[in-house]
Amino acid sequence: MNNLWGDSLSSFWSAWIIIVTLGSIGLAFWLLYANRKTDKIPDEQGNVDTTGHAADGIEEYDNPLPRWWFQLYVATVIFALGYLVLYPGLGNFSGVLGWSQESQWEEEVAQAEERFTPIFAQYQEVPIPELAEDSEAMQVAERIYQNNCAVCHGANAQGGYGFPNLTDDDWLYGGEPENILTSLNQGRNGLMPSWQQLGEENIENVTQHVLSLSGLDHDAERAEQGAAVYGSVCAACHTAEGTGNQALGAPNLTNDIWLYQAPGQSVADSVRQTLRNGRNGHMPAQAAYIGEERVHLVAAYIYSLRLDD
Amino acid sequence: MRHEIVEKNVGLLAVLILVIISFGGLAEVVPLFFQKQTTEPVEGLRPLTALELEGRDIYRREGCVGCHSQMIRPFRAETERYGHYSVAGESVYDHNFLWGSKRTGPDLARVGGRYSDDWHRAHMYNPRDVVPESIMPAYPWLFERTLDGESTPRKMQALRALGVPYTEEDIAGATREVRGEQEITALIAYLQQLGTVLEGTR
Repeated sequence: MNNLWGDSLSSFWSAWIIIVTLGSIGLAFWLLYANRKTDKIPDEQGNVDTTGHAADGIEEYDNPLPRWWFQLYVATVIFALGYLVLYPGLGNFSGVLGWSQESQWEEEVAQAEERFTPIFAQYQEVPIPELAEDSEAMQVAERIYQNNCAVCHGANAQGGYGFPNLTDDDWLYGGEPENILTSLNQGRNGLMPSWQQLGEENIENVTQHVLSLSGLDHDAERAEQGAAVYGSVCAACHTAEGTGNQALGAPNLTNDIWLYQAPGQSVADSVRQTLRNGRNGHMPAQAAYIGEERVHLVAAYIYSLRLDD
Repeated sequence: MRHEIVEKNVGLLAVLILVIISFGGLAEVVPLFFQKQTTEPVEGLRPLTALELEGRDIYRREGCVGCHSQMIRPFRAETERYGHYSVAGESVYDHNFLWGSKRTGPDLARVGGRYSDDWHRAHMYNPRDVVPESIMPAYPWLFERTLDGESTPRKMQALRALGVPYTEEDIAGATREVRGEQEITALIAYLQQLGTVLEGTR
């Protein structure tokens, strides 16, 4: 209680608020008090005069304010004054309870941390493959997944156009626990440059070659011509065999899984578009948003998705 | 009683009503104009770039503020979901405020960096493509319309008159920065910076 007076306002504005607040309460109370009674006195039978207003023969008695109403009003004034003593309201005076929005929030957070930190700490001790088998932990983890990850990767974790499917065995950056943790904690930036400068002819040839890598229908002659270009520009990241490189996040081109195949688009068109315009995949780092304890749980959840089948 | 005088003179009644209701504003609003907490920017706050500024105008034009607030209140339920509660110093360069008062969709005060640009594009083109249960309208025209940036410098000058520290350089380069950009690009640039000044403080 040693710091009842904050200092966020200058003393002038603090005094200003106190005067206006207390002044208006006082004024309102005076207004009511001055008008609480009528100056017309009832006669012996208790009859009162009317106010003198008359409309269509309807007149108004000049009665005093009802006592219960007057008392209620006094009660609200007392409540207001009591409130101003207990809570911050009068300028820099922070109220004898010491309540503030921030302190209330800090208390809420501290209470929650006390309750939840041991639980998450316990989970963090467990290695991910083991945690993935813990059904109770996975219920918690699924909630965290649905709240933070599902907007991109989908409620069923099967991804979508540009957002990787997390339930299959194809991993851009690796599917081992430490890979998943890195992806979640630090995020990922996938960059496929545009190869417009190769020219349309070469883009078409490389497209046919890429189709052949996954064993799809392709133009064999063009694919053969494309193989040379592929070897000189694409193989550096996607490897000569087309199996990709998880250290770079370069996708495997041999498994017929196409991250950027828009609904209704052919694989060939999707590959052409990728070659012409490049792609830029961005997974935001989650550690800053949900903290490493929750990331650990989510990583286990993602790891667990492969156990289902 | 003399209240008859007030009741029978409408002009006087109006003046007295104005005096009475101004007490609330005098005590609750006026001091804020002179309080450091509300007039000084938080550390690291910068004015919006020309592109972000145009994005902000699109945000306003499309009525985003009608369904999305930009005000995280100091409750754990909110800070768990959205991040650190909003502070006054973050809004010092906002004219007008887009705090909003209704959440049909989620709060956007700290949406910056949360999702990828690609996600925002997909989501704005058709929200159902990425969030099947979403009731947000689609904004496909943002992908067709481009900005010419003709009025951007004047907008920045107006903001500078209100105290936003744009330099001559910022204003001179504004049109060049904005011209030819898709509206969606500007809107996403605006969204991606929202609330990032206080990032990582939770």
